[in-house]
Amino acid sequence: MELISTDIAIIGAGGAGLRAAIAVAEADPSLNVCLISKVYPMRSHTVAAEGGAAGVIKDNDSLEYHFHDTVAGGDWLCDQDAVELFVTMAPRELLQMEHWGCPWSREPSGKVAVRPFGGMKIERTWYAADQSGFHMLHTLFQTSLKYPSIRRFDEFYSTDLLVEDGRCSGTVAIEMRSGRMVAIQAKAVIIATGGCGRIFPFTTNGAIKTADGMALAYRAGVPLKDMEFIQYHPTGLPGTGILITEGSRGEGALLRNKDGYRYLQDYNLGPPDPWPRLKAMELGPRDRLSQAFWHEQKKGRTISTPHGDAVLLDLRHLGEKKINERLPMVRELAQSYAGVDPVHEPIPVRPVVHYTMGGIHTDIDGATPLPGLFAAGECACVSINGANRLGSNSLTELLVFGARAGHSAAAFAKANPAVSASAAREGTDAIQERIRELFVRASGSETVSGLRKAMHDTIERGAGIYRSEALLQETCRLLADLRLRYGKAQLQDRSNVFNTDLIQVLELGCMLEVAEAIAHSAIQRKESRGSHQRLDHPERDDQNYLKHSLATYRGGEPPAIGYCDVVITRSKPAERVYGGVAA
Amino acid sequence: MSENVTLEILRYMPEVDSEPHFQTYTIPYRDDWVVLDGLNYIKDQVDATLSYRWSCHMAICGSCGMMINGEAKLACHAFLRDYRHGVIRIEPLDHFPIERDLVIVMDSFMEKLSSVKPYVITQEKKSLSDGENLQTPLQLMAFKQYTLCINCLLCYAACPQCGLNEKFVGPAALALAHRYNLDSRDDGKEQRADVVASNEGIWECTFVGACSEVCPKHVDPAAAIQQTKISASLDWFKARLMPGADR
Repeated sequence: MELISTDIAIIGAGGAGLRAAIAVAEADPSLNVCLISKVYPMRSHTVAAEGGAAGVIKDNDSLEYHFHDTVAGGDWLCDQDAVELFVTMAPRELLQMEHWGCPWSREPSGKVAVRPFGGMKIERTWYAADQSGFHMLHTLFQTSLKYPSIRRFDEFYSTDLLVEDGRCSGTVAIEMRSGRMVAIQAKAVIIATGGCGRIFPFTTNGAIKTADGMALAYRAGVPLKDMEFIQYHPTGLPGTGILITEGSRGEGALLRNKDGYRYLQDYNLGPPDPWPRLKAMELGPRDRLSQAFWHEQKKGRTISTPHGDAVLLDLRHLGEKKINERLPMVRELAQSYAGVDPVHEPIPVRPVVHYTMGGIHTDIDGATPLPGLFAAGECACVSINGANRLGSNSLTELLVFGARAGHSAAAFAKANPAVSASAAREGTDAIQERIRELFVRASGSETVSGLRKAMHDTIERGAGIYRSEALLQETCRLLADLRLRYGKAQLQDRSNVFNTDLIQVLELGCMLEVAEAIAHSAIQRKESRGSHQRLDHPERDDQNYLKHSLATYRGGEPPAIGYCDVVITRSKPAERVYGGVAA
Repeated sequence: MSENVTLEILRYMPEVDSEPHFQTYTIPYRDDWVVLDGLNYIKDQVDATLSYRWSCHMAICGSCGMMINGEAKLACHAFLRDYRHGVIRIEPLDHFPIERDLVIVMDSFMEKLSSVKPYVITQEKKSLSDGENLQTPLQLMAFKQYTLCINCLLCYAACPQCGLNEKFVGPAALALAHRYNLDSRDDGKEQRADVVASNEGIWECTFVGACSEVCPKHVDPAAAIQQTKISASLDWFKARLMPGADR
């Protein structure tokens, strides 16, 4: 196996990976960076984020407000030192994006414009129409081309981390165009591979969001933190799961049930003002809105569509001019994929799996418990999102903690000399053999698509918007069975060049293991908090569960679930209040 | 009986095929399916060896560009209902080498993209403590449409000149150069001129306009190239007729 030596290897070249790479390049141009991704950087899923990125810049706003909105939004499961750092660094990171050319939408004066988002006391979301993630990703990617120290490995799929003497020392990856495996030995490694939405059947996440990076860290012994917290975005298109941004509600869009009634007023989110009242109604937090849908559905007040029940997102009163200016992609997406023009008709929408609050356990510097391994972005759990992320905090998070992980990794690489190449060679043989076995396996009886479908069905049943002991037990049991059956997965494609069958088998392995972490974390948390709602334990239980869960890998066995404390500095846990009473 | 539709897909596996060939698949017809849904059906239910790129399924990641009945399209944005009658022929994007099946080799594009220096270049280093650059909505509008390129490469497949001269920098990269040249925050136009105004740059374009027609994001690279030609000509005349005027 070819061995490439570098200072810092970054796995994942979306928003967080690119931001980390640039941070390293700017901190010390003499440090070599290998930026590894299974797709070209501009295909990364940051591209699909629409609404915007939160950061305090206006005079009517304050870091204090952003802090409290985020902590309450996360149902007090956020680490408050991390949130403090996050809100403090957010404006400078967004400003940096402005200097790098991000085409933020502007006020007539030329200043950056902001829009309201759910659960926010003050409007503070910077946006580039409704393609904010797209513009951020392309700005970061294009800017990264300036730095000669960043060497890209586009379409390289990382299969394993190299770990020697208790330290992460690189990664092994398959070059997809040739099928050849390479070992990239590094003094420090950053994982920035995004979320795992594809574990679920109905998700806004692109096909590439298959939990790869989470599984890499998990298998290397790093716990996955708070994995039971899966965010359902309240407004996705039925069938495709295409996201209709919360920014549309920020601009004033309304949610109605089959009777045209603004049902959110029945769920402690009123009053139903005709204008967008911050932190109320349509601008409540995502967990509450998705849960309200579930209840409306139970009451039979949703509309039925060929792709399941839905409610109606009404933009008509915004008018064509404003829709075209602020929400052009929403209009296009609704026209193309739902056959409705939001200028004239409401858009049918339903909750859809969108974001993983949990992820690779890191500290405030992006460092994992495994020396030399760092993580940032959606794949990581710092945690600033707690039990429910507020819309527009994730784009900012990948900047703030992408940069921070880059700086931490750079410092680590400088302080710790390279590990020996001979040790790396030994580790790679076993890895290569594992991949080879997939090619020679003769009597596999399972298909990737069959196993994936079974995983989708059981995770959705057990770990949906509302959960219960009985359903989760069944999901845990079925996932254990699926992991066994995965050992009999059969490759149909045994070629080397761009073998997507192989990549899908490997991705499925990652998803099954991370799905198990989700289900076991969920069954152990016997309370309801944020996005984790238990029908059998409907109350929040700070006495027992004001803690982060930690799922630790145990090979073929289900994970061990442990806990660690939440960092609470100055916001004592209280009741989450939205609607008119939440001034 | 439910309706079916036939896809005729170009297959090429370099390890076993001496040349590309077509393979025919029959899939169920669904009114709301795009071609990509059909490919995924084949991959999952019929033939797992079929390879193609895709991710977002919402026309923003730019992965799934391919030729559909001879036209460059995003597979996630081409509905079966628009091709209902007759066989749908699916091939990799024109004007690129085939890596495998519907997957093209896009190294040349990545180099071209990089060659136009697609990032903000300022004469004086600006620090974050200087605050935000003011940019009015009008100034933003001057370049905004050219920021919308998703690098899907449909324009390279549609452009006859890209087929004739593989060195042609091409529509997307030239439009991107224009995007930064027009950005009120940028001073890098001269540094991009070497590539943009070279023989392989804007002057290679014969203004067929196919690039703008196929763009799924309504970017107008043809206009970018024409505007750049005018601007480059003016610069050329200024430099020669008014010595010192270009400095």
